[in-house]
Amino acid sequence: MKSVIAEDLVKTYRKGSVKALDGLSLDVTEGTVLSVLGPNGAGKTTTVRILATLLAPDSGRATVAGIDVIKNPEKVREVIGLSGQYAAVDETLTGWDNLVMFGQLYHLGKTKSVARANELLEKFSLTDSARRPIKTYSGGMRRRLDLAASLIVRPKVLFLDEPTTGLDPRGRQEMWGVIEELVKDGVTLLLTTQYLEEADQLADEIVVIDYGKVIARGTSDALKKQVGGERLEVIVEQNQISAVAEIVERVSGASASIDEGLRKITAPVSSGSTALVEVLRAMDTSGIHPLDIALKRPSLDDVFMSLTGHAAEDQVVEVAKKARGGRP
Amino acid sequence: MNGITDALIITKRQLLQLARVPEVLIFSTIQPIMFVLLFRFVFGGSISTGAPGGYVQLLMPGIFVQTVAFTLAATASGLAEDMKKGLIDRFRSLPIARSALVFGRTLGDSTLNIVVLFAMGLTGFIVGWRPSSGILKISLSFILLLFFGYALSWVGIYAGLSARDARVVQNVSFLITFPLTFLSNAFAPTTGMPKPLQYVAEWNPVSTMVAACRELFGLKIQFGVTANSFPSSHPVTMSLIYMVIIMVIFVPLSVRKYSTTANR
Ligand SMILES: Nc1ncnc2c1ncn2[C@@H]1O[C@H](COP(=O)(O)OP(=O)(O)OP(=O)(O)O)[C@@H](O)[C@H]1O
Ligand SMILES: [Mg+2]
Repeated sequence: MKSVIAEDLVKTYRKGSVKALDGLSLDVTEGTVLSVLGPNGAGKTTTVRILATLLAPDSGRATVAGIDVIKNPEKVREVIGLSGQYAAVDETLTGWDNLVMFGQLYHLGKTKSVARANELLEKFSLTDSARRPIKTYSGGMRRRLDLAASLIVRPKVLFLDEPTTGLDPRGRQEMWGVIEELVKDGVTLLLTTQYLEEADQLADEIVVIDYGKVIARGTSDALKKQVGGERLEVIVEQNQISAVAEIVERVSGASASIDEGLRKITAPVSSGSTALVEVLRAMDTSGIHPLDIALKRPSLDDVFMSLTGHAAEDQVVEVAKKARGGRP
Repeated sequence: MNGITDALIITKRQLLQLARVPEVLIFSTIQPIMFVLLFRFVFGGSISTGAPGGYVQLLMPGIFVQTVAFTLAATASGLAEDMKKGLIDRFRSLPIARSALVFGRTLGDSTLNIVVLFAMGLTGFIVGWRPSSGILKISLSFILLLFFGYALSWVGIYAGLSARDARVVQNVSFLITFPLTFLSNAFAPTTGMPKPLQYVAEWNPVSTMVAACRELFGLKIQFGVTANSFPSSHPVTMSLIYMVIIMVIFVPLSVRKYSTTANR
């Protein structure tokens, strides 16, 4: 069963001069997590807003929980939860006020709304700050409250647009924990992100988008394989290169590439940290001390490099140029 | 039925905001009170009216109308603020009627007017305002004022949704309300204006509202009646017609605009 289906979505802004979505298609299987991965301006927010009925596409079709988002937006709104890219809560009100208000707007009635608000505040560790205006919350707390607001009525499909952008590592970790718990409860989740690491951690499947189109899809392992998985890099003295290359190749089981100028030996490894320890141990036995040794994980940049031939960073500039005085 | 409850929840949200940040209520009350005092004591001495009880009798209706006219700006900037914060997106993703938010907001902004009008009336009374028509007509005039504010609040919705930037909204709505309130009989006789402007002032909804209030407060004289035109002889009727026109145009327009406008 597919909970979300998008087919050939096209959306242009400014009378067609900015193409935000250019025939994007994706689907999410019920009860799974799909991560939409892409750099700034790739079309992540546009996709989410169309699926959440906030924006009509120029052409294309989409259904959420089997309901057409264009023909039956009201029905779709009954089964989705949305937490946008920027926390959308009333800043002058307290966290409690906000949740009770949204509960009432979901027609829970006052008593149930209050009960649900308390429950969610507890769940998201916000009980202590429940009676403070949101203005006084940290970025992470705001994000959590925003997420709580989208969970008041257990949604069938949840959309999260860059839920951890702008959070510090601890806030990100906390958010991941919260999201993992939701997934365990069986919600179908579509989440956008700029971080491969995040997609890796949370998603069953990943689609990579660029210029409003899907350029790759698959599990995180499959995508990483496509870009080569983890690599071990060792830098040693000139006269030790061949000895070390031999050790690295034995551990890696693949041939190593050698950069004579940088005196760098690189080889793909499957179980990174074990390989790292093994190589270090073997070098130690041979009395070789590396100048530098590191395990390189593929980053979003690597994925982009290998999929599009350009770095994610260039993308931002090009897209900004394309938008010609549009939004940065 | 749900639509009405939803709208009332949105209204309650605004009242709750006032409770959480009481400064907003305090300052939106102090400002009109200050206007009453300034006009009463600065111009009161120099504008001769011939009205028994002096300038303050003619002034109060003017200030009442001016104050409710600024509901337009309040609604517009409140809505623009919600758009900027992304709150509108959240409301629009909820399973509620799209008209609920706009109805709720216009109602909320008008509720604030009750408090403000009361405070102004009290201040006016202290500095000599004495409406002579009796409680029924006075109440009627306040109801008229509240409805006028409510109607203009719908224009505010449209203005707030139309502006590209939240900061522009304030300016745009002042651009609408200032000429509207000063090109009228609110503070000075229109007879001093150049002839063409006199006609504008006479047909200006603010003028008809002010004239209507003066009539309902029991004043025998008006500021600058140029001719026995319809608005000056039937100010209450004319005001009601204006409100209906404003609502008929702007309610559907604003609701539509709201359901198609995206956040910024
Ligand atoms: N209201 C708008 N008017 C004009 N152009 C827009 C508008 N909204 C989005 N765009 C453009 O559409 C493209 C896709 O934008 P979108 O917000 O979907 O990207 P995104 O992947 O969410 O980016 P980010 O990571 O920065 O949030 C961009 O080029 C953007 O400039
Ligand atoms: Mg985005």
